[in-house]
Amino acid sequence: MAAENSKGEVNDLRRMTMIWVVLSVVADLLFWFLVGPHVPPGRMTETAVNNQRTFNVLLVIALPVLIGVWVYLGYAATMWSAKREGVAESVGGEGARTNRKVQVWWIALTSVIVIFLAGYGTFAVIAEHGSGGGEGPNPVWSPSGATQAETAALSGSSSWTPGHVLVVQVIGQQWKFTYRYPSFGGFESDKLVLPVNTEIAFNVTSLDVIHSFWAYQLSVKADANPQLNNVAYTETKHTGNFTVRCSELCGLWHGSMYNFGKVVSSTDFMNWASTTQSANAANTANLPPFAWTYVPDANGASGGWYPDGTVTPYSTVETYGSKTPAS
Amino acid sequence: MTISAERPTDVVASISAPPPSAASSWTQRPGWLSQHLGTAIVGAVLGYVLGHWFGNFVSSSYPYIANSGQNAIADALGLSVGVLGWLLGIGALNYPLAKMIGREGGEEPAVEGWSKYFRYSLDHKTVGMQYIVGVLLFMFTGGLLAMAIRTELLNPTTHVFSPDTYIKIVSEHGTIMMMMATSIIVGPLGNYLVPLMIGARRMAFPRIEAFSFWIFVAGYMVIFSALPFGGFPTGWTGYAPLQTQAGPGMVSYLLGFAVIGLGMMAAGFNIAVTIINYRAPGMTWSRLPIFVWSILATAALLTLATPVLFAGGLFGLLDKTIQTSFYVTEHGGSSYLWQNLFWFFGHPEVYIMALPGFGIVGEIMPVFTRKPLFAYKVAAAGMIGVALLSFFVWQHHLFQSGINPDMRPLFMLTTELISIPTGFIFLVGMGTLYKAKIRYEVPMLFCMALFFNFLIGGVTGVFLSDVPVNVTVHGGFFVLSHFHYTIMGGLLFAFMAGLYFWLPKMTGRMMNSRIGKWHFWTMFIFFNLTFFPMFVIGLLGQPRRVFTYASNLQGLNDFSSVSAFLLGISFLIFFANLMWSMFISPVKAPANPWDSLGLEWQTANPVPPYNFERIPVIMTDPYRYSEPGAPAFADMGDGLTQSSSTTSSDQA
Ligand SMILES: [Cu+2]
Repeated sequence: MAAENSKGEVNDLRRMTMIWVVLSVVADLLFWFLVGPHVPPGRMTETAVNNQRTFNVLLVIALPVLIGVWVYLGYAATMWSAKREGVAESVGGEGARTNRKVQVWWIALTSVIVIFLAGYGTFAVIAEHGSGGGEGPNPVWSPSGATQAETAALSGSSSWTPGHVLVVQVIGQQWKFTYRYPSFGGFESDKLVLPVNTEIAFNVTSLDVIHSFWAYQLSVKADANPQLNNVAYTETKHTGNFTVRCSELCGLWHGSMYNFGKVVSSTDFMNWASTTQSANAANTANLPPFAWTYVPDANGASGGWYPDGTVTPYSTVETYGSKTPAS
Repeated sequence: MTISAERPTDVVASISAPPPSAASSWTQRPGWLSQHLGTAIVGAVLGYVLGHWFGNFVSSSYPYIANSGQNAIADALGLSVGVLGWLLGIGALNYPLAKMIGREGGEEPAVEGWSKYFRYSLDHKTVGMQYIVGVLLFMFTGGLLAMAIRTELLNPTTHVFSPDTYIKIVSEHGTIMMMMATSIIVGPLGNYLVPLMIGARRMAFPRIEAFSFWIFVAGYMVIFSALPFGGFPTGWTGYAPLQTQAGPGMVSYLLGFAVIGLGMMAAGFNIAVTIINYRAPGMTWSRLPIFVWSILATAALLTLATPVLFAGGLFGLLDKTIQTSFYVTEHGGSSYLWQNLFWFFGHPEVYIMALPGFGIVGEIMPVFTRKPLFAYKVAAAGMIGVALLSFFVWQHHLFQSGINPDMRPLFMLTTELISIPTGFIFLVGMGTLYKAKIRYEVPMLFCMALFFNFLIGGVTGVFLSDVPVNVTVHGGFFVLSHFHYTIMGGLLFAFMAGLYFWLPKMTGRMMNSRIGKWHFWTMFIFFNLTFFPMFVIGLLGQPRRVFTYASNLQGLNDFSSVSAFLLGISFLIFFANLMWSMFISPVKAPANPWDSLGLEWQTANPVPPYNFERIPVIMTDPYRYSEPGAPAFADMGDGLTQSSSTTSSDQA
């Protein structure tokens, strides 16, 4: 009886393991070679490539975990069903209650996987300069040259030549995104055009509520907070079009807060930027000076929440819109 | 393990004996002239009118109110005094007020008959039944709103609803469902079963328990009142400054959270104290049923995390009414403050909505496998571990917000660590199934489905916690699908398992198993068909809470919508089963239909008002299934030893 039991045990486990290994290997290979290269957000930027790789590594680890549990559940559900003929009665007692070896192995294995994942994620986010996520006003993981470019942008002495970091400001407001280019006189445009093979420093802010700047194919996502400069980096690798969507609920027209951008060659970018700079010159003169954040005044976008004329928002940053508070 | 087989003689007498009955009070006076749901509604309406009038009276001359054309102070006072009127009307305040003026508050004898369900009942079993109706009402409302959302998303550009209506529907759906989910198991099953499972005659604080239910209903009405007030546009997360900018419906949201928060704190506090202090003799911590462990961990989270939500809602309310600036950056506040407070509550909240589900499967699986719960101590440790860790992960909701970038690796680590104790639950489930002779009754099917669904929910959670992958999946349909897999796929499936399993005990009537299987299979299949495509939709770039999406995603969205409608039909099957089995064609349930060893099945049916004739004495571990010669779990003190089932074949 005992011998038969242990033999059955080995058989069950061996069968499950074999099914699991075969399915896992097949699923992992199919995924890695067939699906992996097409996994969003694609390969348009360095961050996209890296974030795609992280996703794929995670999924290659996840698939055997999923398949392992499913195989077990499926095996149990069919082979040990009371409906099946000749299924052995359940056996209780101490052996069914605990199994120190299984428990220790389970805990050790899950801990190893989890700690590996956390380590791998940490490595990726540091090596990739924040992985395209918003790092706040004082980024801790900047690509080289970014700090100088940002300082130059704010002092108004910025100019851009191919091969250097390009500072682009993203301004969210209900319900659109606009972009300012401090290296080209600080003009503001509703088109986002970027040069290829360039490290971009997005400086994301908002004039009213919280939005989120999500340049999908660039693998960049940074919340646009009012009165906060949220910096995110990426390096463009291929030319093409991309989509920008707001991914933080920002009110009524959140659902239609999107536009499109493109990555073009450096020459095309220079042409576009200098043409737009001169075409927009008159508009640019009316804009507040380039700053990391802008405070809407009493007429501004926060819905007239403080309509009392005596309230003047205190801020060291620029006021956006009319300089005289409403009365 | 040493097992005491002798019944101690001195422990029985004085433990939680029924309180002496005294003069009746209004709450329990029979007849419709006493206090009940009707008087509560009258109180709420009068309170609302009075509060609103008073708010206008004191504040309408302030320029910022006169100019804006809306008076948030009047709205907030109207709703607050309305809630107070509701509590006065139902009689929740009779006892404390009597005590306050020095009178002895009488112990009310319970009203008999069905009208007790409409009163301020101090019997935990009545409260449990009230909660079932309450959460189903919540769920039905939220479910209809979900159907509306999926209808709008049938087409990327053509709109069924205006953007304004759509965003209100989305916000109301999320808020109602989240508030429902905090109570869906703790409320009905926790209140009903915990005293029965620990061998207690009542809850530690029956008045606080009753309060938790009636304030829960008031909170539901306050949150729902957002719709007639014009709705709110923020989703269930209510981020400032959109919150500050929003119209009067926002007051309902903020106050609704505060009101429901009171109920959550009350429920958690009462249940935790009950479990700690009211266990029957012999019910040591290592003999506690696993469901009770899960409810204890949940109760701790309810008690410790909810005050943060309460304070957060209150701050928002002050910002909206008397123009403080907790969340207004221009005036020294911070919109991050709301995000931090909200998620500091919000993440433990996620486990408030997961742990009771783990408890239910842990409780039910041994019955249908006729095996002991595998690795019982690991299961309890897992629940405690999840509860503790859940306080240290909240900033993973803010990975792209620009706050604390250097803390990201830490929050990534803590978030991923939580999958270790969560994994314990899978170990326990799979170990229990091992070489069992599994009976597929309806509750067991729901348990198996929980493992299937929650695995997907948990694994995708690891993707979300990974900062690089989070860039793509944050704020999109991927995360939406992830939390529906954990909350709906986990908690709601567990709730259904629990209802099918325990309704025979609670009502004395069996749920029809044939319709139940139809319900299960439609719910399981269409749940997965609704939400699995949403992972892909999210990866392909669709943000949450939008009414316009890329036209190439219409196929997947339509597939998901049609599945969602069919999922809605599976809930109609459930309601049909409920009506059929409970009212139209009831079948009397046997005393112990599933042949469970659980203490709750050992007392008489229907359960007497004070649960146990004599306080049982717990003799051994729970779940000693298929163990010939094992002593009975409890000595019921009636001279008969509880029948101990030994093998799977001895059930009828
Ligand atoms: Cu937006």
